[in-house]
Amino acid sequence: MSITELEFQAKAVESAPEQAIEGRSQWNLTWRRLRADRVAVGSVGVILLVITFAIIAPLIASLTGHGVDQAFPATGLDVNGSPVAPGTHGFIIGTDDIGRDLLVRIAYGAQISLFVGIVTTAMATAAGVSIGLMAGYFGGVVDAVLARVIDAALAFPFIVLALALAAVFHPSLNIVIGVITFFSWAGISRIVRGQTLSLKEKEYIEAARSLGAGPWRIMFIDILPNLLGPVLVLATLYIPTAVTFEATLSFLGIGIPEPAPSWGNILGEAQSYYQIAWWYVVFPAAALLITTLAFNLLGDGIRDAMDPRTERIFAGSAAARKGRRRRGAAAAAEPAVSQGS
Amino acid sequence: MSDTSVQPFPTEESLGDDVLVRVDNLVKYFPVRGGGLIRRTVANVQAVDGVSLAIPRGKTLGLVGETGCGKSTLARCIAGLIPATSGKVYFEGKDITNLPRRAMQPYRREIQMIFQDPYGSLNPRRRVGAIIGEPYAIHKTATGAERKKAVQDLMARVGLNPEHFNRFPAEFSGGQRQRIGVARALALRPKLIICDEPVSALDVSIQAQVLNLLADLQADFGLSYLFIAHDLEVVRHVSDKVTVMYLGRIAETGPGNSIYDHSRHPYTAALLSAAPAADPDSAAARQRIILTGDVPSPIHPPSGCRFHPRCPKAQELCSQEEPALEPRAGDPASHLTACHFPVEAGEILARAGRRESR
Amino acid sequence: MNMLRFLIRRILTGILVLWVVATGTFFLFFTAIPEQAVARNLAGRAASPDVLAQVSRFYGLDKPIPVQYWHFLRGLLGGNLGKSYYLQESVTTIIKQDLPPTISVVIGGVLLWLIAGLAVGILSATRARSLFDRFATVGVLAGVSAPTFVVGELLIISVFVELNRHGISWVQTGYTPVTQSVVGWAGTMILPWVTLAIVQAAVYTRLSRGSLLDTLGEDYIRTARSKGLSERRVLYRHALRSALTPVVSQLGIDVGALLGGVIVVEQVFGLQGLGQHTVNAISQGDLPVVIGFVILAAVFVVIANLIVDMSYAVLDPRVRIS
Repeated sequence: MSITELEFQAKAVESAPEQAIEGRSQWNLTWRRLRADRVAVGSVGVILLVITFAIIAPLIASLTGHGVDQAFPATGLDVNGSPVAPGTHGFIIGTDDIGRDLLVRIAYGAQISLFVGIVTTAMATAAGVSIGLMAGYFGGVVDAVLARVIDAALAFPFIVLALALAAVFHPSLNIVIGVITFFSWAGISRIVRGQTLSLKEKEYIEAARSLGAGPWRIMFIDILPNLLGPVLVLATLYIPTAVTFEATLSFLGIGIPEPAPSWGNILGEAQSYYQIAWWYVVFPAAALLITTLAFNLLGDGIRDAMDPRTERIFAGSAAARKGRRRRGAAAAAEPAVSQGS
Repeated sequence: MSDTSVQPFPTEESLGDDVLVRVDNLVKYFPVRGGGLIRRTVANVQAVDGVSLAIPRGKTLGLVGETGCGKSTLARCIAGLIPATSGKVYFEGKDITNLPRRAMQPYRREIQMIFQDPYGSLNPRRRVGAIIGEPYAIHKTATGAERKKAVQDLMARVGLNPEHFNRFPAEFSGGQRQRIGVARALALRPKLIICDEPVSALDVSIQAQVLNLLADLQADFGLSYLFIAHDLEVVRHVSDKVTVMYLGRIAETGPGNSIYDHSRHPYTAALLSAAPAADPDSAAARQRIILTGDVPSPIHPPSGCRFHPRCPKAQELCSQEEPALEPRAGDPASHLTACHFPVEAGEILARAGRRESR
Repeated sequence: MNMLRFLIRRILTGILVLWVVATGTFFLFFTAIPEQAVARNLAGRAASPDVLAQVSRFYGLDKPIPVQYWHFLRGLLGGNLGKSYYLQESVTTIIKQDLPPTISVVIGGVLLWLIAGLAVGILSATRARSLFDRFATVGVLAGVSAPTFVVGELLIISVFVELNRHGISWVQTGYTPVTQSVVGWAGTMILPWVTLAIVQAAVYTRLSRGSLLDTLGEDYIRTARSKGLSERRVLYRHALRSALTPVVSQLGIDVGALLGGVIVVEQVFGLQGLGQHTVNAISQGDLPVVIGFVILAAVFVVIANLIVDMSYAVLDPRVRIS
């Protein structure tokens, strides 16, 4: 019996400073590194700002006295019937083509964009992780079938599907959410599957099996915690993809239907006015760019915090190979993702 | 898959012990598939090729052999982690070969494993308390405070500080991690613990501690061990019975003392001669038996006695006929050897030149 | 021989995919909504009852589904995609008219993004951590974050408007056929190409840089260098081949993205190509055009994937064997 070891440990415990005997988990370390990363922190700040902006949209509407759908042809349009410039008649950043307050519409648009981005990503992640785990862990026929499905979903031109659905059923929020979720899950699935395939061979998985753990327990309690890091990075980087895809669909007129405002459909209308109303294009475009940039930077930051060896933004070596992510049909604005762990 | 080398395991009477686990002519082949669309099986890796053994209750069976001799595969077949190609495994008389998962579940409480790699056998993302408590969770035998207490008791029992149960495996040393593995294996009070090279990856100074721990636990809980190793000295220290494997078959098996003092199989003798001796004098006096050649591939094992290409005593017969596993040279029924020309008492195997076989 | 078998297998898969798409399209357009709605969709939003009846008869909408399906497939195979009642022209005619701008954008865009992406990627990889590399990093980040249509709009505002203000009218929105004036054609194409390329080039830059850096670190490259080969030789003869494989496979996946990008670019720049026309058709309720586009898109995707697979097999012989 290693009496000496027990004694040694007891002494160590006594001499250690008074603190909770709590392990420094991987998450702990990641969090610390993230906190120190100024770019990432900045991005979080920006994202919080955008979220706040979206939340106070009704407040903005009541403060300015302009509803989101209210047109003010008298004050909001000039003598030629064109939108008025920022600052005129209480329209802080100007009006749109029928005299609606652009600021209010952009604020409500933020609600839609963020909602779509987060909800679709959440659903796609849940689906993608589950399917990836099953494909990777069960192998055999299950994997053969699922891997094919994942490949097909990855290569599928989703914009065509969105077009067809919008043609038959008329554009709606549900179609948008459905299509985006369908296209997002496959990228996550593929990476989860790859990770699962390699994790499956680890000895602690064998140990779990020898203890009598069933496949579901192993997948979700043993394998999944090892995946959470890369999945988190992926999800964070998929949010801007979803936002962009929704904006693109709305821009084309097959996404969020009027009169509900979306940054995309505002820009769709703004197309004809760029020469006479620059604000109509610039402000929603800026909102889009800032939001997607912030999420991209944050995702990069998280990835780097989890695995400091990875190069920022330019994913070198293994990261580039592993992180091939399906990009949005029209929007195509996603970085490759590194698995990190 | 020939039967000629198989001998029914030693009978209970000859052992005088209660048998916990019986393995009956176990065979495990891994198919080697060809390329192309259908991927037919073109060959088999004959990892385990007709092994029978018995693990007595409360005792330790040591299983020795080189890398690739099939001992780990055998262990996993017994534990039900790999399906056996043929043969049987009996636990307390009941057939547990290739049972479906549900049926195997109750036996999982009785048969546990400790693994070789202290760094790979614990999930790095889970806290130690959760790892050790996992058996309770899986088999639903204890929850909440009760479980925590049980886990902490286990930790104390194996020599870990119970206060550390919220830590992650990365914060422990190799020896401590093995103790965590032992604690986990012990949780449900199994009857058999299969130790797959549990100390091979540890520093020599730590090895003794872990081995002592295992011995203590055996005494306290009446455990049986299947102790797998490639280091004969370690096995000698812990085992009551020793079985030597070579290329998927048993070369020699018997009580520990017999094997070490009167080894009959040339392979066993070679292994023993290679083990470092603590006493410099006896080390100098000892003559190394040097085996020539590499271990042949388990896909195409040599004909006849599998050891014959490397054996200093091999003769014509050895390449033609498989030796049966039976008592040789007047040994008692408990000491079996599979060799046509076993080492006699007093014989010293000289280093010999090698001729090619096949 | 292997190559031929590979090719045949891929073609068969492609045909299967096309059949699946055609069937799916049929089910979506003809069976997902009630018959009246189908008729209305096919005839156009402004159709009169007479036209509706005519359409119903023509498409056999009162007949049982399997018959309709057969009718539909037969039409497809015969190259007949129906008629746009809204525009009073057969869909095939419309497609023929709309194809030139679309094809121009696609080919030019893909070429530009590949060349730009690979060039910058290779340069970045061979001059890793240099100033060039750093600038490229920033560029990539910017490119990667922006949606295509935003880039397009911004380009219009900045480049097009500014140039016009200064009297340079070479760059135009809309489309000038190449047969009419090559210079004019290029003038209408240049901004769409750049728009399409910027976003994708960013991704491909990162991809090729990473892949090339990987490959350059491999042992066999070290061997080549130690044999005394010039760096350029090492790069082009040995490294590039395997570094390109991820790029090619990414291309396969990007075919779908390409379609989307083209549709958006056409819309932004008013190119009156197939994409823009289809989007308009949706708001007009003119479904035959949409159906035609969907089928055509599927054909394009299948062929493009075939080409990509062939290239991949050429680059990486292991693929042919599996």
